[in-house]
Amino acid sequence: MNTPDTATGGAVSSPEITEERNYINHSQGMLSWLLTLDHKRIGVMYLAAILLAFFGGGLAALVVRTELFYGDGDLLLSGDWYNKFFTLHGAIMVFLVIIPGIPAALGNVVLPILLGAKDVAFPRVNLMSFYFWMLGAACLILSLLLGGIDTGWTFYAPYSIYDAAADSHTAGAVISALTGAFMLGFSSIFTGLNFIVTIHKLRPPGMTWFRMPLFLWSIYATAVCQILATPVLAITLLLLIVENAVGIGIFNPNMGGDPVLMQHFFWFYSHPAVYIMILPAMGVVSELIAVHSHRHIFGYKFIAFSSIAIAIFGFLVWGHHMFTSMSPMMNVIFSALTYSVSIPSAVKVFNWLATMYKGSININTPMLYGMGFIFLFTIAGLTGLPLATLAVDIHLHDTYFVVAHFHYTMMGSALIAFIGGIHHWWPKISGRMYNENMGRVAFFILFFGFNLTFIPQFIAGSRGMPRRYHDYPDIFDFQILHQASTIGAYTMLVSFLMIAYYLVMSLVNGRKAPWNPWGGNSLEWHCQSPPLHENFRETPTVGDCYDYSGLVWNAEIQGYVSKKA
Amino acid sequence: MSDDHHGDPNLQHHFEDMDQQFNASKLGMWLFLAQEVLFFAGLFCFYFVFRYNYPELFEFGSQYLDAKWGAINTVVLLISSLTMALAVRCAQTSNKSGLILNLVLTFICAGGFMGIKFVEYKSKLEHGVFLGLFDYYTVDSELAAREGNVAPTSPVERVAHATITPADPNATTIAPPAATPTGITRPPASAGEAHDHSHDGHEAHDHSHSHDDGHGGHALVIHGERPANLHLFFSCYFCLTMLHGIHVLAGMIMLVWLYLGAVKGRYHAGYFTPVDLGGLYWHLVDLVWIFLFPLLYLI
Repeated sequence: MNTPDTATGGAVSSPEITEERNYINHSQGMLSWLLTLDHKRIGVMYLAAILLAFFGGGLAALVVRTELFYGDGDLLLSGDWYNKFFTLHGAIMVFLVIIPGIPAALGNVVLPILLGAKDVAFPRVNLMSFYFWMLGAACLILSLLLGGIDTGWTFYAPYSIYDAAADSHTAGAVISALTGAFMLGFSSIFTGLNFIVTIHKLRPPGMTWFRMPLFLWSIYATAVCQILATPVLAITLLLLIVENAVGIGIFNPNMGGDPVLMQHFFWFYSHPAVYIMILPAMGVVSELIAVHSHRHIFGYKFIAFSSIAIAIFGFLVWGHHMFTSMSPMMNVIFSALTYSVSIPSAVKVFNWLATMYKGSININTPMLYGMGFIFLFTIAGLTGLPLATLAVDIHLHDTYFVVAHFHYTMMGSALIAFIGGIHHWWPKISGRMYNENMGRVAFFILFFGFNLTFIPQFIAGSRGMPRRYHDYPDIFDFQILHQASTIGAYTMLVSFLMIAYYLVMSLVNGRKAPWNPWGGNSLEWHCQSPPLHENFRETPTVGDCYDYSGLVWNAEIQGYVSKKA
Repeated sequence: MSDDHHGDPNLQHHFEDMDQQFNASKLGMWLFLAQEVLFFAGLFCFYFVFRYNYPELFEFGSQYLDAKWGAINTVVLLISSLTMALAVRCAQTSNKSGLILNLVLTFICAGGFMGIKFVEYKSKLEHGVFLGLFDYYTVDSELAAREGNVAPTSPVERVAHATITPADPNATTIAPPAATPTGITRPPASAGEAHDHSHDGHEAHDHSHSHDDGHGGHALVIHGERPANLHLFFSCYFCLTMLHGIHVLAGMIMLVWLYLGAVKGRYHAGYFTPVDLGGLYWHLVDLVWIFLFPLLYLI
């Protein structure tokens, strides 16, 4: 086995290490995984658990879409169960999949390695975060076993305040779901706390702030949002739990409480949470675009500071979720602030495009996801502008236009980047190469299916189709638009099954991954695949992680090596 | 790598030296405290919103609170903060007996605080006010609504009946119109059971008022008419003080753990991180109370 020596890495290759030891075979047995303090193993456990949750959330979405294939009648679900299924879909996808997806799964595996550290600052807290995630997932499952809830994933009062006369769910199911989200919130807080301390205090000599890969900047900005916004959600959920248990009346209009106050609390968290979801995705894409274009990232500092700017703006725009229930003055302020978020977002898009310009682009699977992200994120951002426009929002509020808009951000951007990141780091995480051609085909099916699902929803929404309706009249072509959308959802199912198939097959009979299959120059490509238990043999030396001039393709090992070697 | 600390058994493998480990732990604690502040901020925000919208609830409700006990508790917590700070200092100077003494003193103050809170809560219960369904008035108005009374008895009438306040039964105009207790349908496990229970509570309530001169060493004299939705004030009071109390309890567990470590001689000038971080946490718990006391008891 030949291993590449590298230009800047201090990790000198020595064949017997590469062959024998890595973090996967470091120790044996179930407990060595369940009680591990190794950030890579915790990341892999997160990845497996999150992908399982993603499968569940996806099935719930398919059930909802199938029900909507015809405008009237109950194809699969009664109205009550329809409400429960879209709630389930939203809660799983937001709290269990997208929020922890990139930071907790991919971030855990690669963040310390990218930084050149041996582990995150608090490994035990890291493991605790994982078990908080598991507990949160268990609570959501329990809520389903108790009959499910139909509050919507936002837990708006008074839906989330149990009322025997009006609700088809039980108080126990609501309390259980709220507890689950509360736990997942703390999982997220502790992950963010860990990452901030790691980035501040565990940078090795030479790793200055402006030498960090942009993925770390975006994870840092995300972590700030996680620590400062999530506690507000936690207290809101706690109050709702107490409300359901003993009836304190804070959010209950029947008892003089204020349900809109609950919406303000909720969105004070959940709008920054939108950036908790999208910022790591932007970080992943910064890596994908630069590495696979083999060109130095354009405008490093602009991308870095735009992440911070987005995190700050993210705290100031929550009111735009309540344009229909605030004073005109507040609406104007929030509308203006919302527009300003588009500036740092656009800065990033232009920088990625400028990075690709005159680059030597490899159209492989991770790069396809990177380019798909730019395309879909641009649509997501531009369709956000009409929603930030007060007069237009009155028409579009709570229609399928909103649904399509946030699916372009949440799924088309965040999840596409997550899947792209999995493909990018799969050789590093698993030590195996997947089938590249199947990867490309699956991407195009996914891309097609995604747009087929959500472009019709833009059209239906702009014609007035309200969200969350179980039945609808067949006017303004609503039925044909819904049917296209449902067919698109099943197309995506096909692509996800393909992805699952070839990733699993790569573990069975995939080619062994070289140290540096893509030609990246950040530190994870300077350690073996899969990495050692302790990541690096000695503290690595740090160079410019976006300088690819010292690397050359070596056909023998099917990977990039240093020109010196 | 600094060789002098490298062999320290307290150094975890992924840190270069003790300084790095200490700085990382300290930053972690500050971030944790930042999230604690925002956790409480939600409740404070709730306090300010409701105080702004319904000042009469807070004016009336705060009569149930005894500023004397609140003030004593403030002093107790301030002393505990001082002893905690001294404990940190003792750990830094490797003064083992001083550390143990100060940790014990801090624990006693924390216990005293919780004891006084218990006395206060007990007196609230005896006056028939508590959180949500356990609040006598909330239960009664809910039951009235559930039993289908078109016009449930106004809280003010019941208050007059319970002889807390000699109010004009018709003077209900203080309450905002939307806030009259209507249509609440929150059955506990069994409606019949709850019904009986509430009537017991009713009698117990009247009974307690005929004897309430002894509670907390003073007679509870309530001026003015009981506004509708007074439970919002008590929800606010109990949510804030209970959440704070939970943090005090967590702090007491932490103090026991620090004490056990101190007895074993684990903390010294070279390694005092847990005591230092525990101190930071304890000061935050103190700080929250410094805000709670004037907001709830004084203004």
